[in-house]
Amino acid sequence: MKKKLKEIIKKYGSNRSFLVPILQDIQREYDYLPREALNMLSQLIDVPISHIYTVATFYKSFSLSPRGRHQLSLCMGTACHVRKAPQIRDHLVRTLQIEPGETTPDLEYSFNTVNCLGVCALGPILVADGEYHGQLTITKVDKILKELGKKGRTLKKVAANEN
Amino acid sequence: MKIRNPKELEKLCNKLLANKDPQKPCITICASSGCVALGSNRLVDVLVKELKERGLEKNIDVKETGCHGFCEGGPLLIIYPEEICYLRVSEKDIPNIVAKTVLNHEIIERLLYKDPVTGKTIAKQSEIPFFKKQERLIIGNNARIDPSSLEDYISTGGYSALAKVLSQMSPDEVIGEIKLSGLRGRGGGGFPTGVKWESTRKAEGEPKYVICNADEGDPGAYMDRSVLEGNPHSVLEGMIIGAYAIGSNAGYIYLRDEYPLAVTRFTLAIEKARETGLLGKNILGSGFSFDVTISRGGGAFVCGESSALFASIEGRAGEPRAKYVHATDKGLFDKPTNLNNVETWANVPLIINKGAEWYRTIGTEKSKGTKIFSLVGKINNTGLVEVPMGISLREIIFDIGGGIPKGRKFKAVQTGGPSGGCLPEEFLDKPVDFDELVELGSMMGSGGMIIMDDRTCMVDVARYFLMFLEEESCGKCTPCREGILQMREILDRITQGLGEESDLETLEQMSQAITDGALCALGSTAPNPVMSTIRFFRDEYEAHIRDKRCPAGSCKDLISYSINQATCTGCGACLRACGTNAITGEKKKPHRIDPEKCIKCGACIETCKFNAVEVS
Repeated sequence: MKKKLKEIIKKYGSNRSFLVPILQDIQREYDYLPREALNMLSQLIDVPISHIYTVATFYKSFSLSPRGRHQLSLCMGTACHVRKAPQIRDHLVRTLQIEPGETTPDLEYSFNTVNCLGVCALGPILVADGEYHGQLTITKVDKILKELGKKGRTLKKVAANEN
Repeated sequence: MKIRNPKELEKLCNKLLANKDPQKPCITICASSGCVALGSNRLVDVLVKELKERGLEKNIDVKETGCHGFCEGGPLLIIYPEEICYLRVSEKDIPNIVAKTVLNHEIIERLLYKDPVTGKTIAKQSEIPFFKKQERLIIGNNARIDPSSLEDYISTGGYSALAKVLSQMSPDEVIGEIKLSGLRGRGGGGFPTGVKWESTRKAEGEPKYVICNADEGDPGAYMDRSVLEGNPHSVLEGMIIGAYAIGSNAGYIYLRDEYPLAVTRFTLAIEKARETGLLGKNILGSGFSFDVTISRGGGAFVCGESSALFASIEGRAGEPRAKYVHATDKGLFDKPTNLNNVETWANVPLIINKGAEWYRTIGTEKSKGTKIFSLVGKINNTGLVEVPMGISLREIIFDIGGGIPKGRKFKAVQTGGPSGGCLPEEFLDKPVDFDELVELGSMMGSGGMIIMDDRTCMVDVARYFLMFLEEESCGKCTPCREGILQMREILDRITQGLGEESDLETLEQMSQAITDGALCALGSTAPNPVMSTIRFFRDEYEAHIRDKRCPAGSCKDLISYSINQATCTGCGACLRACGTNAITGEKKKPHRIDPEKCIKCGACIETCKFNAVEVS
């Protein structure tokens, strides 16, 4: 890990003004910001750990805990909102049984909402593992989840019966 | 390859043009985020393969271009020189397109634009009504050039403005030209660009910084993304010209991390410009040096605000500060800083090339030039439109945008993002420019136009913006952090049918307090969506509060779903779609919804082909 961190720091120079991109690269490497890495980083670039945490918790794109194998980002921009994105969100919450920003206990899915991906013409938009799916309907979401390796509808029925 | 002086640039441009055969067929496919989301990447692969198999790869050029703006019809494929525009092209269409249109000049009617009123098809892109009324000075080139090719940009006259500035104009002359042009900041503020440049030039302190604000956070606006993805060099050229005028050698572009394609394309543009000597030390042999660093945003809306943006580049949390001292005096690292938006920078080469006098002929008295708007929401032709300032809202929404889908009624247009407001039908004939929109109680903002129809609840829209801002508030000042939350809770109650008569007055009072007390523009403009909806749609608020009714049929707690027994055919589609087993019924007999079990998720409405599910 130390070697990897040094490589990333070398790219930017140990200048604290590059803290955001350094953290972005660390997250790209490990898919989240491991506590160990942050402690190490603090020593390597001589920035107090408190400052690193201030930045890491301020920006929405950073995650301090491991994220799921599949990442789902639902756009909640205005254009998506008026085209029923909230219904899609509620459906994902019911199906995956997690709130936005959470990861399923089996580490299969992370689900979060974002404020506008700039693909407004195709709203509502869901990005699943980097792939954009536009003009969403509840049926389409189920298909996407199914393709990702989980049977959306079955799961939903189970969830409904439990209620 | 190095371009050492303006003469060499001109030579290269001429050479590129001489080598270009305008009659050689060229197929372009839009490769911006929108069309990529619809699978345009795969289209390119299939097309290239198809041409190869037929041995045509040398006779026909294939080009991936930036956003054309007509996102509704994506993926877009255009065949030059005839300029035949095919919409919603799929992989299966490619062999047909090559066999029929490319080889036999036969047009495939099915893929053309069809006028929804007359039913007539239109083959030429520029004749489609959506494009006809536009004046595409900035995004027009998107459709013609490959954003990853510097040569393509140079062949359209790219970097000639930079060459002109470096060889023939003094910095003061450049500033004079921009001031004369009347260019105003396209990020939303509308501050005169030339004046800002002049203040930064005159400010004491070295080094001076030039920054491009590409933290396009307004939900519903994506013109900056399209310009960066489609024509990154135009923004870069504008920045270099600005840096020369201001006397800066170091620049930044603060680019959202949510725009991965724009980051890739702009990074490539910077690298190519550096390689050729258009960026870096001694640009075009002039002795002037300037370089740009990309700073990727971390996903915080507030970082579009200048002082928060500086904090973010400096490696701190993006919290704004009070602005007793202007950024032009003390901005990034406390040095004189000039911050302009993507679209503003893209206007600069155009003004230098064609002259301020020409630029002044477009637009209104106080707002010159064109503006790109993103037309989204409940509108037929969603997409990006570039129009001269002063055009009416009605022309944008109905002539270019094609009106409201499914014959529904127009209710409001929201402009200016979370800082703007909602304008009702009575203002449709007002001209669109910086000052007029402010007068009407909204603002231009960065150019998002979200169209709403009679099924959109205005109380819910106001609540949506407060939820957005509550989440994006940095938390530094109390009026914004606590005030927005309190206002949102009141709107929650109203949409749940628990509103009280006094709520509207409370909302108005709180709005005033937040506007007066908040530290930055995010906070002080936060109440605008609430204020404008109360002002223009007070009856909707009153219906929620007094009658516990949502006229738009949108607020979950105030509506119920039922199945029209006359139109239901008993096909069972809704029954299968229902996640809570709330729908019952025998096959081929009308079904029913159990209101106790129904969670109003909308799955049944979506699947019903007979419009039998009703909301009341």
